[in-house]
Amino acid sequence: MNWVLANLELIRELTVQHLGFSLPPLLIGLLIALPLGWLANRTRTGRTVLINLAGLLFTIPSLALFVLLPIVLGTQILNPVNVIVALTIYTVALLVRTVADALAAVPQVVVNAATAMGFSPLRRFLAVELPMAVPVIVAGLRVAAVSAISLVTVGSVIGFGGLGRMFTDGFQRDIPQEITVGIVLVLALALAVDGLLLVFGRVLTPWARLRETAGSTA
Amino acid sequence: MIEFRAVTKRFPDGTTAVDRLDLVAGAGRITVFVGPSGCGKTTSLRMVNRMIEPTSGSILVDGTDIASRDPAQLRRGIGYVIQQSGLFPHRTIVDNVATVPMLLGWNKRRARARAVELMELVGLTPELAKRYPAQLSGGQQQRVGVARALAADPPVLLMDEPFSAVDPVVRTSLQDELLRLQSELGKTVVFVTHDIDEAVKLGDKVAVFRTGGVLAQYDEPGVLLSRPADGFVDSFVGRDRGYRGLSFVSSDGLPIGEVVTVRVGQPGPAEVWTLVVDEERRPLGWFDGRSAGGGPVDADDLVPGGSLYDTGSGSLRAALDAALSSPSGRGVAVDDEGRVLGSIGADDVLRALADARRAGAAV
Amino acid sequence: MNYFGWLFDPAHWSGPQGIAARLVEHLGYTALTLLIAIAVAIPLGAWIGHSGRGGFLVVGSANGLRALPTLGLLVLLAGFIGIGLLGPLVALVILAIPPVLAGTYAGVRNVDPAVVDAAVGMGMRGRAVLLRVELPNALPLIIGGIRSAVLQVISTATIAAYVALGGLGRFIIDGLAVRDYPQMIAGSILVALLAIVADLVLAGLQKLLVSPGLRAVPGRRGPRAVPAPKTADPAARAA
Repeated sequence: MNWVLANLELIRELTVQHLGFSLPPLLIGLLIALPLGWLANRTRTGRTVLINLAGLLFTIPSLALFVLLPIVLGTQILNPVNVIVALTIYTVALLVRTVADALAAVPQVVVNAATAMGFSPLRRFLAVELPMAVPVIVAGLRVAAVSAISLVTVGSVIGFGGLGRMFTDGFQRDIPQEITVGIVLVLALALAVDGLLLVFGRVLTPWARLRETAGSTA
Repeated sequence: MIEFRAVTKRFPDGTTAVDRLDLVAGAGRITVFVGPSGCGKTTSLRMVNRMIEPTSGSILVDGTDIASRDPAQLRRGIGYVIQQSGLFPHRTIVDNVATVPMLLGWNKRRARARAVELMELVGLTPELAKRYPAQLSGGQQQRVGVARALAADPPVLLMDEPFSAVDPVVRTSLQDELLRLQSELGKTVVFVTHDIDEAVKLGDKVAVFRTGGVLAQYDEPGVLLSRPADGFVDSFVGRDRGYRGLSFVSSDGLPIGEVVTVRVGQPGPAEVWTLVVDEERRPLGWFDGRSAGGGPVDADDLVPGGSLYDTGSGSLRAALDAALSSPSGRGVAVDDEGRVLGSIGADDVLRALADARRAGAAV
Repeated sequence: MNYFGWLFDPAHWSGPQGIAARLVEHLGYTALTLLIAIAVAIPLGAWIGHSGRGGFLVVGSANGLRALPTLGLLVLLAGFIGIGLLGPLVALVILAIPPVLAGTYAGVRNVDPAVVDAAVGMGMRGRAVLLRVELPNALPLIIGGIRSAVLQVISTATIAAYVALGGLGRFIIDGLAVRDYPQMIAGSILVALLAIVADLVLAGLQKLLVSPGLRAVPGRRGPRAVPAPKTADPAARAA
């Protein structure tokens, strides 16, 4: 623990940096994936194109994406924007499919009932379909969050900050403790964000909890 | 013949599924196990091919204690049809049907030829052979399930609620098909259902189970309906059992009365109901002489008739229903070809029933 | 700056450290890792799925993998085992096993119990049930798991260049060391292409190997014509 105690300030700094890299992509990715997922759920062609494109982007290894993005974005190679855009791409790629599937799983009777009561398509999407899709979307977001937190560390190979620094530094200076603590911190961070999203999802969908308790007492 | 001797099944959680069952399912007959859920009917069935082992007691198939047989070998000689069909989704229909022959070591060509034969027997066109189960309707899948069970020509057939997942219309046709098949093949069939009407329709004998795995009554369907052993069987058999019981009373000796018939275009008698027939004396409908007032019979004036009473295969239920459903009050009796023989009234049926009772029939 | 000049310079394609050699290395690592992972994970996953024992371990390992930083695992094992082939290989195998295991487990577990019941009831023995019924029906999810594992391994093998492994990742790490951005780009493009092509090849293999009966047949009705999921866990990437 000596190394940890001696470097608390560094660890705190790297953790904040790590969150700065991994959290914005989740929010941006979700905001982009919602309309795209809606589109994918509306037309067969839209679905084919978007799902395949998402699958393709998802296939690109992260290190390669970190290196290639500067060409596309015109940024410097160590600009943090590269990491944020890369992780946003992965988040969108993952969530488009999730959102489309979640919307497709909304019972058609409910959608029909809303239409029959006079909801406009946009209003129906926001007030009926989206809320009902929340549990599945949050589940997808949790997967994306855990992946993103883990993926940020790859950036350290080419010089980005974040907790991955503890791996490169620990490797080069041969401090196994630093590496181990880094792994534990990444896991803990992933677990914490995952837990927060879980709670967030529960708060957003009180009816789902009602159903759970009703189901367990029945 | 399948013989249950004091068979008991207790599950590890302590529930008794089957409680000292003694029962003989006759060779070449359909024996139906019926009862509410949790009555042990499926457990009893699944002990016959050793999918479940009894806690105590023994089961004999054609005189041999099945406990002495290798389970896999035993099962290859017993057809097995289940509710969800259990078809192999990754295999074509013909390969599904050929499963047991292949397990028995037949060569592929012979097994497939046999499979196509079986498909035709259960009423599936050979074009379906190369399809996959997911491409078939629920009714077709169940037919494949039956064909698959029959493929190696086993003497015994176990059917676990095979028709309960299909819609009522398809179910009726599958039941009729099973009875037709059975009349050709004469298998020893054990059939599990929770539907008493299905049990009464299909069973040569019906075993009614009550919750806790106790056999409440084991009798022919007619007896079950007319003389339920206790209150449980009575309530399980359900409403209208007296009327339904008439299905199992033969209408032999039921006096058939006259009926006045007329052809389309001929003058219809006034003031009476007249049966309108075609050139072959097949009934077309009734002509109401009171409202028509004596003109020639117009095809548009016909009042639709009720059910027909087929004297060849008739029961008192069919006769009574024909009388009750006819607009004239007289049921139309026809022969095997559907030609009019005469008519019967509800009172004739009731009189015949009284006679049968005096003669000691279980009605 | 000409970003792509390096990639298309024929001089960089041949030789023991040329693109062709690195590509072969990368494919070699991937194949070796997959071979070991499949040999371990398919029998284990099939057994767990068949018996139903230990399922939570499978699900747990697949979920945990997502959070595990691959770089951390690589440098840690390189520290313990050394920076030859063995350390990175152990890391790669550790990362490749969970997706294949989860795919096999889920695939076998998801086989309709009625189908297994019918197989046993018709007189199939345990081995035949597993080989002729359960595994063929689990195949879409098994191959899905292998696809995830292949992507994971191609991606992580690239990063493993950091702990001195060969393969296409070398161009990224070596380029970085001498500020040769075009070389890094060349490495990245090659790795991305390799991943995409490998995934397409496996998708083709999936079509070839999986029974048409397990695919949805559009336009034909059937109560159970449900499309089989293509992958067990499309999100199981962490590198």
